[in-house]
Amino acid sequence: MTLESLHELLASFWTVWAVIIFLLIVFWALRPRNKKRFEKDARIPLDDDR
Amino acid sequence: MPSQAVLTADQRPAPRYVEDVIRAAAILTMFWGIAAFLVGVVIAAQLVWPQLSFDSPYLTFGRLRPLHTSAAIFAFGGTALIGTAFHVVQRTCRARLFGGEPLAWFVLLGYQFFILAAALGYLFGITQSKEYAEPEWFVDLWLTIVWVAYLIAYVGTVIKREEPHIYVANWFYLAFIITIAMLHIVNNLALPVSITGTKSYGAWSGVQDAMIQWWYGHNAVGFFLTAAFLGMMYYYIPKAANRPVYSYRLSIIHFWSLVFLYIWAGPHHLHYTSLPDWAQTLGMTFSVMLWMPSWGGMINGLMTLSGAWDKLRTDPGLRFSVTAVGFYGMSTFEGPVMSIKAVNSLSHYTDWTIGHVHSGALGWVAFIVFGTLYYLVPKMWNRPAMWSTRLISWHYWIATVGIVLYITAMWVSGIMQGLMWRAYDELGFLQYSFVETVAAMHPFYLIRLLGGVCFLSGGLIMAYNMWRTIRTETETLVTQTRPALAA
Repeated sequence: MTLESLHELLASFWTVWAVIIFLLIVFWALRPRNKKRFEKDARIPLDDDR
Repeated sequence: MPSQAVLTADQRPAPRYVEDVIRAAAILTMFWGIAAFLVGVVIAAQLVWPQLSFDSPYLTFGRLRPLHTSAAIFAFGGTALIGTAFHVVQRTCRARLFGGEPLAWFVLLGYQFFILAAALGYLFGITQSKEYAEPEWFVDLWLTIVWVAYLIAYVGTVIKREEPHIYVANWFYLAFIITIAMLHIVNNLALPVSITGTKSYGAWSGVQDAMIQWWYGHNAVGFFLTAAFLGMMYYYIPKAANRPVYSYRLSIIHFWSLVFLYIWAGPHHLHYTSLPDWAQTLGMTFSVMLWMPSWGGMINGLMTLSGAWDKLRTDPGLRFSVTAVGFYGMSTFEGPVMSIKAVNSLSHYTDWTIGHVHSGALGWVAFIVFGTLYYLVPKMWNRPAMWSTRLISWHYWIATVGIVLYITAMWVSGIMQGLMWRAYDELGFLQYSFVETVAAMHPFYLIRLLGGVCFLSGGLIMAYNMWRTIRTETETLVTQTRPALAA
């Protein structure tokens, strides 16, 4: 198997890769460990007033 | 206005931001808004009374219509986006705009030059006849330069930010800037006939040309008219309501699902054409899937108000923004319905499409801009509030009535038109001639014109209120007892 044919094979599964990346993002967003930091990040616009 | 004069938590002295450009953008947005609404009213009147083109080639519906759409989307919407993007990115990154005043002015004024060049082209008949991408090659090249400068200013600011996290509104603005660059360049690839002439021929042809055009067209809807204004929503609604967005995690999922799905929805503009059937079905499927992020985003925007709904009574500016989110939910519900092939066979090429576009353009885009400006103008000119709160309320109700008249007229007219086109008699002949369907639409065109006049009047009230807010500096500073401010 050449590198080119491997690339072709992997590229043909692009929808699968896209779905996996998306699910990883969802996992990252919903992970209980990240709850606190996102709550802090949500306050960014409110903390900047002069 | 709910803003407080409290210092930042860590008492860090706020860096000096680039603000003159934002003030200029706010005024220009208002100007282009009025211009766009006015041309809209003119062409709506032309559809009721065709003799209003006065037999002048410069004033025909065909030339004024792109003038209206470009003035609304690119001049009014685009200028609002450039101004607010510069405001949001500086505030949420706590950094002065990259490139400072010179780069910011280049972007804003360069963009105004693009608008003027495009608009004059339409009137003189210089167009490449691609919907929402009408400007010819030399105007396209100029916009590319301006847009790259816009990207540099934006990304440069994000890179030198003091705030460790990039706030979600910036993701939306950045997705808008990058995607529009990509769409603009690919859809406008063309070969000029001569270097001194205006005429060019597009690089694409046939069904590929159609597909690329609607890949461009629908993602202009997705990333210009949706993502970018969502960036506006994620900054200005929390600011005006003085509470954080309902769920930051939902905003992350909202963003990424929008980005992953929107780019595939374009083929729904080409149902029952020579585009391969599988591509049409793909476009339909992705459009239907877009329901989820759209409604997730709407819920996120609306629920930000939870526990503070009383603000809607006292702050009509915020009422604009929240109503805008409601219209966003409504028109992004309607869109996927219309993308279903069976529905599209009835709705396509009818006024239903026009009604749908305007529930998005007037209800979502214009209302979120109005809400933002009502927050931004007092802020940028250091006023305690807009000159008159009552006038904001008047604007709100007149504009809302205008939208309702507009979209209901177009729904009825569009569905009627579609049903008349497909009606057969018992012998298999078409029941109506085309001109009979046009005559049947006349009353609805009148109602639509009335709706447009309402919306324009609201815009004029806003312009007056804005002008008084900016001009009455000393008056408000000396006599703080204006009843309007207390209201």
